[in-house]
Amino acid sequence: MTTDVLIQVTDLQKHFKGGKQNQDEKIRALDGVSAEIHKGEVVVVIGPSGSGKSTFLRCLNLLELPTGGQILFDGVDITDKNCNINLHRQKMGMVFQHFNLFPHMTILKNMTIAPMQLLHKSKEEAEKTALELLGRVGLADRANAYPSQLSGGQKQRVAIVRALAMQPEVMLFDEPTSALDPEMVGEVLEVMQELAKSGMTMVVVTHEMGFAREVADRVLFMADGKLLEEGTPDEIFTHPKSERLQDFLAKVL
Amino acid sequence: MTTFSEQFPIVFQALNVGFLQTLKLFAITLIGAIPLGLIIAFGSMSNWSAFGFLRPVVLKHVNLRELTWWQKVQVWFVTDFKPVRLLTRLVIWVVRGTPLMLQLLVIYYFPGLVWKNNIWGSGETGRFVASSVAFVFNYACYFSEIYRGGIQGVPKGQQEAGQVLGMTKSQIFFKVTLLQMVKKIVPPMSNEIITLVKDTSLSRIIALQEVIWAGQAFMKGSQGISGAIWPLFFTGVYYLIFSGILTLLLGWAERKLDYFKA
Repeated sequence: MTTDVLIQVTDLQKHFKGGKQNQDEKIRALDGVSAEIHKGEVVVVIGPSGSGKSTFLRCLNLLELPTGGQILFDGVDITDKNCNINLHRQKMGMVFQHFNLFPHMTILKNMTIAPMQLLHKSKEEAEKTALELLGRVGLADRANAYPSQLSGGQKQRVAIVRALAMQPEVMLFDEPTSALDPEMVGEVLEVMQELAKSGMTMVVVTHEMGFAREVADRVLFMADGKLLEEGTPDEIFTHPKSERLQDFLAKVL
Repeated sequence: MTTFSEQFPIVFQALNVGFLQTLKLFAITLIGAIPLGLIIAFGSMSNWSAFGFLRPVVLKHVNLRELTWWQKVQVWFVTDFKPVRLLTRLVIWVVRGTPLMLQLLVIYYFPGLVWKNNIWGSGETGRFVASSVAFVFNYACYFSEIYRGGIQGVPKGQQEAGQVLGMTKSQIFFKVTLLQMVKKIVPPMSNEIITLVKDTSLSRIIALQEVIWAGQAFMKGSQGISGAIWPLFFTGVYYLIFSGILTLLLGWAERKLDYFKA
């Protein structure tokens, strides 16, 4: 099993300084999290708000700098100061809650700018890939629209294929459906499900328990900055061991 | 030459020459201050900390509650002293905190009076160069604060989206942030640019021969006309027409950027 580990997280720590009143109190957003993400695996991270699940995800590509611990990506320690994180980020796609499409570029430009700038693809090549990907999510006809002309669900589908255009080895999703109107959640989850079927390695932070149950290979439950429980969807949802998880499930299911 | 129709051609000719100088100063100021302002804006946002590398060590070994105020100052110096930012903000404070008229006087006269070396050269060219330096620096400081607001007004998610695609800092700035910032700053920049049109008249204080100077000349006496106040009043027409044109141009630029919503 050790050979196909894509991301190895060891004792990850993220501490913030406390507010003005309690300067020497530390807030432990992540308090020693260790986890492994295997190639081709879909890992869903669940937990109450403030549990550190988003911080965990954002540490994986160093959007947040961990204050301790180690992250090995493809065997390389990306927390090392001498490591060129930009190169590794090219291989880790990320999708945000608020889409973060570039508003001043057309959909096509949004999708081709990084491949052209960073992978030095020709315009034709980059556009061909982009249109193919847009076709896969049913948005080929919107290639020349601007993000403000799309619905939330469409924006998020574009955000997913924008990340895919870089041909990443893993896709990170940070609550991808939380900012969507309810009727648009389905179309985004469908795209993610397709992606999972195609064998993409995925780490998904979400409140969509249905998605976790159906699509996940493994579910991580986090609370108070700790990884409290992990297992198959069946183990987590039908046979929760810890009281925290039982409580949490009682509230959300 | 006492009648208006006798005076007008002479005055018109002189004011045109003066306004040309006004326009030159206006153009040079924009050409210099727009890029310089960006550099100053980066300085004022610089996070470079001189002793930042000591930070983790110091914070590990001190407990802020047990320190005297002087020890706290020392800890601050090690952990949060950002010399580039501090210096830039100090300069911005001085430049924005003193009258442009005073800056013109100091820049123009100081080298000659104090160093006994008039670096600006003599005559109109010297006055123009000195005025340009004062105006470029003064306006760059105002622009830098507008830029800073514009840059900080672009949502953080935009930067992050660039980061996760693997883009470098400069790629993110030039491809992602810049145009969104430009769209945000057009209205406040328009304000500054319109103000600049009229501020150029401050260089009258060091006798730059711009349009106010040209109009005033006919009060004291010039080309056979003296005691005439109307030429000075008439300079207002030049400013009005020019700022009218600029208003149209800037409005056009704003509409040009309407193709996307930030």
